[in-house]
Amino acid sequence: MADEDLPISPTRPRPPSGRGDLILTVEDLHVSFPAEQGVVKAVDGVSFEVCENEVLGVVGESGSGKTVTALAMLGLLPRTAKLSGSVRFRDQELLNLEEKELRLVRGAEIAMVFQDALAALNPVYKVGSQIGEAIKVHHPEIRRHELRERVVGLLDLVGIPNPADRADQYPHEYSGGMRQRAMIAMAICNDPDVLIADEPTTALDVTIQAQVLEVMERIQDRTSSAIILITHDLGVVAGLADRVLVMYAGRPAELGDVETLFYRSEHPYTLGLLASLPRLDQDEPDVRLHRIKGQPPSLVFVPPGCPFHPRCDFARLPEPCATQIPELRSLDDPSHVAACHFSEEVREKKPEDLRPVVGS
Amino acid sequence: MLTFVVRRLLYSIPVLLIASVLVFFFVRETTDPLARLKGSGNRDLTLIQRETHRLGLDKPLTTQYGRWLKDFVRFKWGDSLVSGRRVSTDIRDKLRNTLQLIFWGIVASAIIAIAIGVYSAVRQYSALDYTFTGLSFVGLSMPPFWFGLIAIQLLIFVPKETFHLQHPLLYSVGIHSATNHGTLDYVRHLILPVATLSVQLVAGWSRYQRASMLDVMSADYIRTARAKGVPRRVVLFKHALRNALIPLTTIMAIDIGSLFGGLIITETIFGWPGMGKLFFDAINNGDTNVLLPWLMVTAGFIVVFNLLADLLYGVLDPRIRLA
Repeated sequence: MADEDLPISPTRPRPPSGRGDLILTVEDLHVSFPAEQGVVKAVDGVSFEVCENEVLGVVGESGSGKTVTALAMLGLLPRTAKLSGSVRFRDQELLNLEEKELRLVRGAEIAMVFQDALAALNPVYKVGSQIGEAIKVHHPEIRRHELRERVVGLLDLVGIPNPADRADQYPHEYSGGMRQRAMIAMAICNDPDVLIADEPTTALDVTIQAQVLEVMERIQDRTSSAIILITHDLGVVAGLADRVLVMYAGRPAELGDVETLFYRSEHPYTLGLLASLPRLDQDEPDVRLHRIKGQPPSLVFVPPGCPFHPRCDFARLPEPCATQIPELRSLDDPSHVAACHFSEEVREKKPEDLRPVVGS
Repeated sequence: MLTFVVRRLLYSIPVLLIASVLVFFFVRETTDPLARLKGSGNRDLTLIQRETHRLGLDKPLTTQYGRWLKDFVRFKWGDSLVSGRRVSTDIRDKLRNTLQLIFWGIVASAIIAIAIGVYSAVRQYSALDYTFTGLSFVGLSMPPFWFGLIAIQLLIFVPKETFHLQHPLLYSVGIHSATNHGTLDYVRHLILPVATLSVQLVAGWSRYQRASMLDVMSADYIRTARAKGVPRRVVLFKHALRNALIPLTTIMAIDIGSLFGGLIITETIFGWPGMGKLFFDAINNGDTNVLLPWLMVTAGFIVVFNLLADLLYGVLDPRIRLA
């Protein structure tokens, strides 16, 4: 009986691969903050769906609205934020929920892993008790020894050595990678339907990144949770994600299966990101990495038309790129959409084509 | 932890020694133990000479310091030059009275200041937050003696005249009434001096608590707690307040240490037979035998409470390891 109660039971078979039922739908989400210079449009019309068992990667530069999108889903934004659109979890509209009802969703059905685990764990409570609190808040009837067992089991699951001793230590006594794994343990403790991981590997060195990603993969194998993986690391996305949403200036730039999106990018921004990534397996010594020129735009004064046009190698100025906002559209595959006036042209290019050859 | 305490106590010996040098020379430079005798119109020079010799005032100042220090550390503090009572008994009795004032003042101030600080942080920029901000600036800038006098006027004389009371509701002099030693009588004596001493503490601490709480409330781990589904009240009191109290505790411990010398005005206004009044009288009478141990005792309290502040910091914040 105790085994069935375990949040993650190793014996539970994972449903056959492929997309399961739709569990989370985000539609035309807008988030803005009042600021001194004007209104910051942090998220400006984002829509996507997540199915059971699926890993959706959300990619973009800092300030592209990835984290704000995630926080908006859980109602964790500051009160000054103005939200519109819709976030539907199963049959529940989350944006309309009262704080009291939303509280029951948080941590139980949708859980979140934050990026800087040292700052995201309370320094004055033991790691074990912080994980325990996450369980107890949704299962107040649980007995103490049972709670303890679960906490130790979770720490073990995410690969923390001597989990029983480690549970009684404070966050500052953990190493960076262990803290991140403890964060993951805390997020999965109630077996959530959706796990949002906000840059889980940022600020970790590469070997630790690999360990954390391995934990994420293992979690994904053992549960049917959907994972929303927010990152700016395309390598991480390539390794874990089934589908990818590329965001730019708070708007969706491109959305599609990871393979299609990587090999047949339809948005110049996606292509630029891929071209700026070093490839150990195929880089020629005399080819330099691509660099997307310029800076991400201010979210108060977003460029007119396509927000990417000042940095775009494919832009035709002024018409239409600086005047018309491109809609998301698909070329032949309906599951692959991009917001570019010249997707057809971009699709013909490979990332290598953007790279300057030294000496030329 | 124990090593830390022992080491800090050892460190405090040179600190207190330096304090004793400063205290001794400044007191002897500014106060003549025989001033009263000389000023009393007594022209009997042999008496003055005899007293000078008896108190060792004809020796060099450094020799006098050595003799005084030797007696001081053996708790031979001598007798008051004015009342003739043993100084150690006097200081012990007065300290007991002052400690009561300080204890109740701290308890009241801490509870009120933390409550105001938390409220102001949680309801930042609300009407009450602005009110508390305004009041705390009034409290900080208002001299305690003035507050004490106004309080006596408004809470004792005005009600007495308005309602024609035989006895006032609160008392403004002493610890007990001459005939009544009950708890209620004690409380009625305690309220005004405690309120007077608390005004500045509450004003200062509540600002500090507000800032510290605001700081903590925007921390990442507060967002984590909310993301776990923890109810708002628990987030505030278990996660935020616990962390916000750490810096306040340190400030409080240091403030309390300095209170032992800082109650002079309050005790004088309310005729409270404590350390402050003892000091005030000793200065007026040039009673160096009382002044010197008094200053050393308060210096000792400041050292002890600073050590306590450091220890509390280590207890409240597991990241601080004392060794």
